Amino acid sequence: MVRRTSRAAEDADDLTHVPLQAILLADSFATKFRPITLERPKVLLPLVGIPMIDYSLEWLESAGVEEVFVFCCAHSKQVIQHLAKSQWLKNPDMAVTTIESHNSISAGDAMRVIYERNVIHGDFVLVTGDTVSNMSLAEALQEHKDRRKKDSNAVMTMVVKKSKPSPITHQSRLGTDELFVAINPDTKQLLSYEDNANPIDKSLLSDNSSISLRNNMQDCYIDICAPEVLSLFTDNFDYQHLRRDFLKGLLVDEITDYKIYTHEIHSSYAAKVENFRSYDTISKDIIHRWTYPLVPDVQYFGSSAVKLGRQGVYSASDIGLSSNAQIGPFTLIGKGTSVGSNSKVSNSIIGEGCKIGSNVSIEGSHIWNNVTIEDGCKLKHAILCDGVVMKARAVLEPGVILSFKVVIGKDFVVPAYSKVSLYEQPIFQDSDEELEYADSSNGMAEISSISASTGMPDGELVSRAAEASEVGADGAGYIWSVFEGREEEWRHSVAPISEDKLAELLQAADDVLDVPHVENHQHSEELVAPSIDPENLTDDNIDEFEKEVEATFQRAVQENIKDDNVVLEVNSLRLSYNMAAADCAGALFYSVMKLAVETPHSSISELLHNVTRLIRKWAKLLKYYLSSIDEEIEVILKFEEMCTESTKELSPLFTKVLQFLYEDVDLIQEEAILSWESEKMGADEVDRVFLKQAEPFIQWLKTAQEEDSEEEE
Amino acid sequence: MDFQVVVLAGGTSKNLVPLVSKEVPKALLPVGNRPLVSYVLDLLEQSNLKDIIVVVGGADAAVKVGAWISSAYVDRLRVEVVAAPEDKGTAAALRAISHHLTASDVLVVSGDLVCDVPPGAVAAAHRRHDAVVTAMLCSTPVSGNTESVSSSGKEKKPARCNIIGLDVTKQFLLHIAAGTEVNKDMRYQKSIQQAAGQMEIRTDLMDAHLYAFKRSVLQEVLVKDLDQKEKFRSLKQDVLPYLVRTQLRSDVLTNVTLQTEENGNGILSSDKNQVMLSQLLANASTPSFHELFALGRNGVASTMRKTHKCCVYIAGNDKYCARLNSIQAYSDINRDVIGDASHLSGYSFSPQHNIIHPFAEIGSKTKVGPHCIIGEGSQMGDKCSVKRSVIGRHCRIGSDVKIVNSVVMDHITISDGCSIQSSVICSNVQLQERAVLKDCQVGAGYVVTAGSENKGESLAKKEKTVST
Repeated sequence: MVRRTSRAAEDADDLTHVPLQAILLADSFATKFRPITLERPKVLLPLVGIPMIDYSLEWLESAGVEEVFVFCCAHSKQVIQHLAKSQWLKNPDMAVTTIESHNSISAGDAMRVIYERNVIHGDFVLVTGDTVSNMSLAEALQEHKDRRKKDSNAVMTMVVKKSKPSPITHQSRLGTDELFVAINPDTKQLLSYEDNANPIDKSLLSDNSSISLRNNMQDCYIDICAPEVLSLFTDNFDYQHLRRDFLKGLLVDEITDYKIYTHEIHSSYAAKVENFRSYDTISKDIIHRWTYPLVPDVQYFGSSAVKLGRQGVYSASDIGLSSNAQIGPFTLIGKGTSVGSNSKVSNSIIGEGCKIGSNVSIEGSHIWNNVTIEDGCKLKHAILCDGVVMKARAVLEPGVILSFKVVIGKDFVVPAYSKVSLYEQPIFQDSDEELEYADSSNGMAEISSISASTGMPDGELVSRAAEASEVGADGAGYIWSVFEGREEEWRHSVAPISEDKLAELLQAADDVLDVPHVENHQHSEELVAPSIDPENLTDDNIDEFEKEVEATFQRAVQENIKDDNVVLEVNSLRLSYNMAAADCAGALFYSVMKLAVETPHSSISELLHNVTRLIRKWAKLLKYYLSSIDEEIEVILKFEEMCTESTKELSPLFTKVLQFLYEDVDLIQEEAILSWESEKMGADEVDRVFLKQAEPFIQWLKTAQEEDSEEEE
Repeated sequence: MDFQVVVLAGGTSKNLVPLVSKEVPKALLPVGNRPLVSYVLDLLEQSNLKDIIVVVGGADAAVKVGAWISSAYVDRLRVEVVAAPEDKGTAAALRAISHHLTASDVLVVSGDLVCDVPPGAVAAAHRRHDAVVTAMLCSTPVSGNTESVSSSGKEKKPARCNIIGLDVTKQFLLHIAAGTEVNKDMRYQKSIQQAAGQMEIRTDLMDAHLYAFKRSVLQEVLVKDLDQKEKFRSLKQDVLPYLVRTQLRSDVLTNVTLQTEENGNGILSSDKNQVMLSQLLANASTPSFHELFALGRNGVASTMRKTHKCCVYIAGNDKYCARLNSIQAYSDINRDVIGDASHLSGYSFSPQHNIIHPFAEIGSKTKVGPHCIIGEGSQMGDKCSVKRSVIGRHCRIGSDVKIVNSVVMDHITISDGCSIQSSVICSNVQLQERAVLKDCQVGAGYVVTAGSENKGESLAKKEKTVST
């Protein structure tokens, strides 16, 4: 490792030749592949028998990349081990260096770590370790460089590919959500990148006489970046996601004027394994040879040889096929695998060393290595990880995921879309997907704690699980429940979307269309956001902030929310609007008073009664924000403002309420009142109305103070 | 061709005061010494569209326009001139003559269109796609505007007329915004975008106000209520956007399919699901996204979706196309028909690129530059200079007069030493000695006093403006 890094540094010093560099993120910072990724990092999951990362590295090498930095985070040891074992680290044509980090929880963090290492010296290719592609980078790189020469702000070129989402599910065949992208058709500049049909900003319309708006695009997540991109991540330390934060951040940033361009590929292949659906789709594409030369029968990865037969059947040399086993179209059978009589296999990938009994039916499934499937089992659209055992006549309904070494009991039927693992589903479910399964140590700790809690080694865990018998009497494994808030299972499942679901969706789509469409002139006027003028920005902000606080407060009153929770909500508002504590105090006080005024009352005295009652009730909350004199003054000023402007009916009560705040609830101290007075002394006559009104009270305060001090003396 | 043509000739447009008046409605405003409406009528005649209804705002104006058309086009066109209430919008004008419409398709043309794009091509595109509406688009006129606009100081760059969304083949209209919508953020319809996959948004195209409508749809939409109380007012701003908006769920046009079936026109029929699928298979051409959308996935839609097509015909960049709807446009078009687009004027120009009527008299040392017209019976004194200007009939022009970039209509008296620049002078105006006009419009019958200097003004007789 150390030696490698130093060599990379030497290369960089050599100014005569700037090698083409690439960053490969060997962590997806997502949890779509759980529970499998509890035990093995996503980039090492086999795609048609080969770990995904090998596809990515192989492609980078063939595309002429000379130096790759593999960023590992989750299960980093496994990734490094794999790279060492598979000779990538000794590759003479492409220097592969690993960068390990244990506390990165997002791609943004990864970029910041890499920036600190100071290893990137020129334009680089940014990909994730789950990318399968055979595109040539030369053209895109050339375009990128030409643009950079003309305009140094053209910091990124992203690769896109045409892919029309399904008209019913509105997702691409890779299972990703649809994307609405606006591109200038002449310059190919990316103008907007949205996941919904949001309005197109008028400034884009005036800047571009022609805009191509597309939702038939697939983002390939292959980016050619200028070195500035790394520093941008460091400058904007809150950037996490490459698209949601970084890309959109650049698009809306009007100050820096960085530009992003697109490069559309037509005939070559590029896709990212994002979820189980894309795993299945890309596997099929490999089998169907769209990714040529990255196909099983071309010996790229030092894997065992497979031969392509008729109907797209790939088979290794030493396999044991029963004479009447039917191996259907587009199937791969790995080394040392045997298939019993009368078994049918179609559109499936079966790894090495598997034992498949007789009368088994396998359709559209992914079976990894050393899997045992006993007689009479039925599988449809499932993923079976290494070491899985299916006892006789077990059935997997579509969309089932069986993680490592799971045992399915005899005659057991695993319901559709189940995910089964030997590990119990962590009870602690971090709602934020980005944070979950952040670093390997965390993941490992989780696992070890499971083993620790059972107090048994692995083998016994299995037997214990068998007692749990979630997957049949003699099975082993826990069925993970789908927790709330997750995207519906069918969307990203390995199984195709069922006909019922399609019909349902189609019906729903029709219903949506049938809803009378309200789109009219007034409508659009309402929704057009006021143009943001930096000068009145703060004022608008304060108004909006006050409205939000008021709404929060009203909800608190109606739903009887505890003070503490209101404080939490107001605090979060304060942070998001970047307000001071004084603003909170003012806004809250305003809300209380407004409520008092809005409570029905017939006379001034009744109003006063309302005011005192409510202030008493919410005194604790107000007190929370009245920690210093400044805030107290702000409240007095706010009150004064209310009396003169919005709620004039309060004006006769000004002194009374002020007195009440001072004496009865002790919210305002005399110092605040006195400094308010001194602040107001210099003001115009008009502005001193309330000062006059409060004059006797202030006089009284002053004398009381003097008396106090006299007494003290 | 089973097409009926409606020319919306307007009345006395407010935008063009003081050029128009009760005596001279918009349709008869001289452009290159010909009434404006003649440009559209000639264009239609060239495409062999001879069944024409001309709708004129206001009864008096209708009489005048009718008289002129019947004298000029007798034996050439079958023109019916109908009066419609004024200032109620183009949709209202069409509504007023709706019962006159009988053909299966209707071509609606604005009477202020000056262009050389054959309407027959628009009609053919309309028929080819079996569309409910086909709109003609042309590039936003920037020709002369740039210099003159900057002088008038209204806008810096060529104004955006429309925001137009086209499909990738540039045959279908997916989005259109007109009027005030143009300067706002563009909100498009998600379902249309999803069905089409790709939309080209153009801000450099203009809706030329030449539409082919399916007659049954037009009639249905015209009687439809907008917002429960008001009916559609403008074709351009209401009817067309409405049809575009609803193209994937034309539930509103339920009767349409039946009616077209009766007419034996097109293959839109109730059992079109089967018909269309087989047709798609048979037809080598790729189906439009409407058809695919209507069929649903694999042609097994749970409910047959009704769609209709909104098409466009985009005029080539070499074509001339402009609408005379402002004073600025009036000057521009006058300049263009005797200049760059002189083929539109229908005159044959002399080798000096100008036309001096044989009965016009030109004094000695008077220069008439290229791109000029001098009308019949006009007389000019000595040492005059005329550049890029149109001079009407029977004008009396004294000596030492300069006329540049201007339109001088009929029966005008210009005394010695006057200077006229970038101005429009209506009929029967009298300019006394040494009057100077720059960027002015002078209403009919006005008298410009001797030696007065006017810049950027609109001059008209007081009682005239009241009476209009």
